[in-house]
Amino acid sequence: MNEPDLADIWVYLAASPLLGLTMTLLAYLAAFRIYQRAGGSPLLNPVLVAMALIILVLLVSGIPYQDYFEGAQFVHFLLGPATVALAVPLYEQLSRLRQLWLPVSLAIVSGVVFAAVSSILLARVLGATSQTQLSLAPKSATAPVAMGISDAIGGLPSLTAVLVVVTGIVGAVLGTRLFQWFGIRDDSVKGIAMGVAAHGIGTARAFQVSKQMGAFSGLAMALSAFATAMLVPWIVDWIEGVL
Amino acid sequence: MSFLVGVTLLLVLQLIGEVTVRLLAWPVPGPVLGMILLFVFLLARKGVSESLATASSGLLAHLSLLFVPAGVGVMVHGDRLMAEWLPVVAVLLVTTVLTMLVTAAVMMLATRWLVPGYRTEEKDHE
Repeated sequence: MNEPDLADIWVYLAASPLLGLTMTLLAYLAAFRIYQRAGGSPLLNPVLVAMALIILVLLVSGIPYQDYFEGAQFVHFLLGPATVALAVPLYEQLSRLRQLWLPVSLAIVSGVVFAAVSSILLARVLGATSQTQLSLAPKSATAPVAMGISDAIGGLPSLTAVLVVVTGIVGAVLGTRLFQWFGIRDDSVKGIAMGVAAHGIGTARAFQVSKQMGAFSGLAMALSAFATAMLVPWIVDWIEGVL
Repeated sequence: MSFLVGVTLLLVLQLIGEVTVRLLAWPVPGPVLGMILLFVFLLARKGVSESLATASSGLLAHLSLLFVPAGVGVMVHGDRLMAEWLPVVAVLLVTTVLTMLVTAAVMMLATRWLVPGYRTEEKDHE
């Protein structure tokens, strides 16, 4: 009988999707536990803490991101059906939505245009490269939409994916406090603002506040994904033409 | 079993969405169209079945988990982010906060002007 060789086991694990997938779930569960222990402090956002834990493990063990993603893609894939599922909480807010569809539409279009124009202009003023400016432009849209648009307008889709996640964390961490400071109390208003600026990560945070805020945030996320896909390529053309 | 039925419905609608946007060359992602289709489906059916409720609340309960793999990709862009950290950090912080405020302001003003009968529920009375 041969002794089991640890190096062989490591070679197996490093090449198998099992490790990346398990690591993602373990890191998230640990991050979620930390978040709950700390009394739900928004600064300890579970996505942020889980990301930090995984990056630390990958850097220490020398596993490249591509190998990690082989396993993590099974979690990443669920973003698709989860996006479809957002129609359910939205449907449950139908009566409110019937009343508010016009203000909701106006708010979403204004938010999407503002997000894209301000991101490109501020990045340009502060001296970011053109590729970084374009990768930042769709950052408030949900990841799959933002990556597609980034690719179409000349940004880097993988960079955009990261910027989208960080944008969502910024919105989730600062959003509720910001609404308090400005005396914004209506859950439908807070939800729309959160969904437009911080997509799914903001929506996850909104569901922790209330079901109504979550539903409106999910709605705003979906409609602003549409609006971003329609408007941002055109906004980029316009900014390139004028400036 | 009922969870399985709900998940299958979600996947079928995503599949229809993905195929449609590709056939028609729409710039919208497939899952977003799938969501619209599910919303229309629920309007027509006038209610959420138990299996769909189970599947959707299961997926949405830990929505933030699903963003972790893309977020870890930050490590691939270390050099670029190191070189351009100031504009990137400033844009992420400033424009995200301002976007939330602009959106909330438009929503509040438009509700006041366009839906005069709408009463906001104030949960904390200070």
